[in-house]
Amino acid sequence: MNARLGIRNTKSIIFKVIIFILAFLITIPLIVILLYIVKQGIGQVNWHFLTHVPAPVGETGGGISNALVGSIIIVAMSSVIAIPIGILAGIYLSENSSTKLAYYTGLCVDILQGVPSIVVGIVVYFWVVKPLGTFSAISGSIALAIMMLPIVIRATEETLKLLPPSLKEAALALGVPYHRVMLKVIIPCGFSGILSGIMLSIARIVGETAPLLFTAFGSPFLSYSITKPIQSLPLLIFNYATSPYDEWHNLAWGASFILLLFVLILNITTKLITRRWKVQL
Amino acid sequence: MESTVVSSKNFNAYFGDNHVVKNVTIDIPRNNAIAVMGPSGCGKTTFLRCINRMHELIPGTKTEGTLCLDGEDVYNMNPIYVRYKIGMVFQRPNPFPNMSIYENVIAGYKLNGLKVPKADQDNIVEKSLTKAALWNEVKDSLHKKGTFLSGGQQQRLCIARAIAMEPEVILFDEPTSALDPISTASVENLFNELKANYTLIIVTHNMQQAARVSDKTAFFYLGELVEFDNTKQMFTAPSDPRTQNYITGRFS
Repeated sequence: MNARLGIRNTKSIIFKVIIFILAFLITIPLIVILLYIVKQGIGQVNWHFLTHVPAPVGETGGGISNALVGSIIIVAMSSVIAIPIGILAGIYLSENSSTKLAYYTGLCVDILQGVPSIVVGIVVYFWVVKPLGTFSAISGSIALAIMMLPIVIRATEETLKLLPPSLKEAALALGVPYHRVMLKVIIPCGFSGILSGIMLSIARIVGETAPLLFTAFGSPFLSYSITKPIQSLPLLIFNYATSPYDEWHNLAWGASFILLLFVLILNITTKLITRRWKVQL
Repeated sequence: MESTVVSSKNFNAYFGDNHVVKNVTIDIPRNNAIAVMGPSGCGKTTFLRCINRMHELIPGTKTEGTLCLDGEDVYNMNPIYVRYKIGMVFQRPNPFPNMSIYENVIAGYKLNGLKVPKADQDNIVEKSLTKAALWNEVKDSLHKKGTFLSGGQQQRLCIARAIAMEPEVILFDEPTSALDPISTASVENLFNELKANYTLIIVTHNMQQAARVSDKTAFFYLGELVEFDNTKQMFTAPSDPRTQNYITGRFS
């Protein structure tokens, strides 16, 4: 009897050790990647790097200002397109989960989430770029907005489903019309969850390359126009890292570092914000 | 003698094929505390929710017959207006978690987009909280979140929120069933003061509570209104054998 207990205890200990080691191991690749990119990239980054366009081959210096501006414009426009639609669709799904429309919308959202990003790029190329006759920032934004939508919709839906129905009843019993109940009570109470979904979706799309290849296309010049081709950080990394020039490789490393930093900051702020604005139910 | 505030005539309510409230005819006198009691599933909560049309939140509900507030059929009125006139307090305290105590009380105005001058707001908040016997406990922490209060305080906050809209009738759906005995006593004490200005309709499955707080009691059984009479009469000499059985505990 005692011997059997001993074996069972040993098994428990072995199990605990294994899960500890595995949990530790998976952090190693992440740390190695981070360290490598920081090591390669941090040396490139200075004020000049952030405020100048890439230098032509053979010249030293140059930076990534065009890609920074481009990324900001594209991400901002995608957000403007995707966030309102996503939140409203999410409200519908959480409020009417038993309807046919909700079932099929939910299904489409799941499928959309699984569509390879390059396919989204091709579709937007045929639907937006070709009719407009030019690569443009707006077409890139539309492609990225499509990538964002499922994340925002699901985050909104899941957050709102967790709110107790008594909250809605309380507001409706005060004679508040439905749209005000949703916008002034339900959305604010679920704000931290929805916001974290939005932030994560931005973190996701800011590094997307494939949908931009034949929509935003990229550009070596600084552009603020939404109807002209525009550079973005991942496009710059893709184009410059595959070039044969060492200066351009360095530029790509610096851009990678900036992109990584941005995603990291976004993730950390998300964590802080959700903690700060979490509504205690 | 007394004027009627809520009256129903041959009122029926259905959930799908389920006939939940059967042919209820009742005249509820103004500024009284009315207890509605009966075993679980007897339709008393459904009837209560039909009064301010909250049952409409559940798809597949249907009503027949008339239900009037001050002689006007609530089913011909805008539900939003009905709910201005008929406040409601729920089983579990449900203050808005994203709002302070102050904002919770004034929520009925704020959420409806009604512009009220700041001085009047302060006035409404103080008056409502005083009427809900909560002012002395929270006057120094009006801008703290309502969810930091105890359960009983939260429930009185919800009562203050309903009072703030100056309704004619306040519906209570088992208002103390989620509260401890001390909080329950504090809410019950309130009823005595509130009925001077409002008509209270209180659903409860606690008979002692019905006896303690109400002037008149309605007894529902299997969707029917079995008896509606003065509470004293009801608990001492009920006219229907089913009421007799229920209050002596011979069936539940």
